[in-house]
Amino acid sequence: MSQSGLGKSTLVNTLFKSQVSRKSSGWNREEKIPKTVEIKAIGHVIEEGGVKMKLTVIDTPGFGDQINNENCWEPIEKYINEQYEKFLKEEVNIARKKRIPDTRVHCCLYFISPTGHSLRPLDLEFMKHLSKVVNIIPVIAKADTMTLEEKTEFKQRVRKELEVNGIEFYPQKEFDEDLEDKTENDKIRQESMPFAVVGSDKEYQVNGKRILGRKTPWGVIEVENLNHCEFALLRDFVIRTHLQDLKEVTHNIHYETYRAKRLNDNGGLPPVTTETEENHESNL
Amino acid sequence: MIEQCSMPEGWEGPQDDKEYVGFATLPNQVHRKSVKKGFDFTLMVAGESGLGKSTLVNSLFLTDMYRDRRLLSAEERITQTVEITKHVVDIEEKGVKLRLTIVDTPGFGDAVNNTECWKPVADYIDQQFEQYFRDESGLNRKNIQDNRVHCCLYFISPFGHGLRPLDVEFMRALHQRVNIVPILAKADTLTPSEVERKKGKIREEIERYGIRIYQFPECDSDEDEDFKLQDQALKESIPFAVIGSNTVVEAKGRRVRGRLYPWGIVEVENPAHCDFVKLRTMLVKTHMQDLKDVTRETHYENYRAQCIQSMTRMVVKERNRNKLTRESGTDFPIPAIPAVPDSETEKLIREKDEEVSARAGACVSCQGLHQSHSRMWEAWLELRAALSPTPCMQLCWAIVPSLSMAAHAACSRA
Repeated sequence: MSQSGLGKSTLVNTLFKSQVSRKSSGWNREEKIPKTVEIKAIGHVIEEGGVKMKLTVIDTPGFGDQINNENCWEPIEKYINEQYEKFLKEEVNIARKKRIPDTRVHCCLYFISPTGHSLRPLDLEFMKHLSKVVNIIPVIAKADTMTLEEKTEFKQRVRKELEVNGIEFYPQKEFDEDLEDKTENDKIRQESMPFAVVGSDKEYQVNGKRILGRKTPWGVIEVENLNHCEFALLRDFVIRTHLQDLKEVTHNIHYETYRAKRLNDNGGLPPVTTETEENHESNL
Repeated sequence: MIEQCSMPEGWEGPQDDKEYVGFATLPNQVHRKSVKKGFDFTLMVAGESGLGKSTLVNSLFLTDMYRDRRLLSAEERITQTVEITKHVVDIEEKGVKLRLTIVDTPGFGDAVNNTECWKPVADYIDQQFEQYFRDESGLNRKNIQDNRVHCCLYFISPFGHGLRPLDVEFMRALHQRVNIVPILAKADTLTPSEVERKKGKIREEIERYGIRIYQFPECDSDEDEDFKLQDQALKESIPFAVIGSNTVVEAKGRRVRGRLYPWGIVEVENPAHCDFVKLRTMLVKTHMQDLKDVTRETHYENYRAQCIQSMTRMVVKERNRNKLTRESGTDFPIPAIPAVPDSETEKLIREKDEEVSARAGACVSCQGLHQSHSRMWEAWLELRAALSPTPCMQLCWAIVPSLSMAAHAACSRA
């Protein structure tokens, strides 16, 4: 999620190599920036090598676009907690389904605007509030606007600011299970993150190969070329190596935190007596 | 056969001195005087931070204005308010001196809540107008310093989908006060088709929201075709998609100013890469004088007229109110905002008063007019004592003495 125009939809499409996100450049001219933050969730089923995956992309048009953006993260926090609540209700049910439909948010890609200076106050506020409820992966959007030196400098500054403000982004240090994980994640945390990416869904011919990229008068930016941008790193990280881990951290840590808080607040289980009574009656 | 070459009509030839007065050299005289005096230009840059404003200013005028600048971290920016900073630099080219003032607006659009963040900017512009108004209406007009803002470059982010609500509000608040030239910043993020699309969208939105950006003057019909085409191309390039850079890189064996990427080199001065050259031509080579003229003739005159109008309106209202209170005994609320008159302005007013009364007393020849003048003067003093002055009113009061003095001088000569 991010302000509009940072390439969220294009990146998601590139990540999953299919049209899973409706690009807002397809909006008709009358559509304006929405006045409040909306939450749009679109579900897809994609398949690769016999493995099916149900992918839900949640977009947040209107975030950070207004003049006064105070508390614009609240609708998003509310949405995430609602998903936890839904799951909790299902879990606490006496007659539970075999596979509880999991609508919880496993990963939040936060797009940072490539100003080259530092994080914006809005970015800090948002990440502070939401790193406690969901896995946040900060991503530097539209990275083709920075030269190599600017990129390294900017990344260092962002990392430092996140550290100074105590923002734990995924992979969180405290959840490293063993030494192997720790070294691997340390390397990612200190060197690669936040990933500077460029997204594109157009293909061009370069050196006889068809590759995804952006064509400019001064050259073709190849999306999957590690010298040009870190899209390949992000893709491998999110999909090929840490997908399962993202789900586990969400389930074992964020969800459990929410559950513990809810149980403490209520002094017991959430009120599901009406449902169980109905079930009981129907069973009689 | 020798061809007879025809003289253009009306040209008598240099030997005919009877018809040649010599004022054709006036432009040269003006030129010499202006070059001696030097020129000045005030440029304001506004937009969110990180859009390349400082780099562009440095590239445009080939200077380094922000050497000691320290970038704030995000935490420091949470509590930052919009500031107005001024940098002045004197540059010279081929004997022509230019005093360039760059007005920057750090902190604009950076906070989480940006409501009315354009207000400090609008206030600054009004202050400069007010200062000039005062100087112009004052007694000593020899060395008026013109700090009025001649042009405002507004930087639009290339990452959005056209104009953001903040952009629209800013431009709407300022288009009556200053010449706005919209700029599409960091244009090397966009492919050529994306640039075209964004420009079209921005132009359409500017029209839709009724924003009046700086209009290039129409060329005269007797200009040649090339110039007309150039002018047309310039008009169609708004907003200018620019890239700034002060670093020199090697490209195809040449040393150019640009940005070095792993996939290629972006050349700042290449018209195929961005509109930097067009912007520089427009701003410096062709339209600088026009920008100053429009500021002087349109924006400043509007401000002045508004100021005088509001003052007379308030005076009339006050007069009516006084009349009513005497008759009906009820109190009507004064619409003016009570401002505490500071000692400086009081002193100034008192000084002006003394000057005028001294001059009025010295003149003996036109007693009649003098009497009516002093009657008017007393009535005016009475009125003024009843009101609590706002800055605009104080300003206008400063004019009245000079106006009455002018009338006085006119009558003494008659």
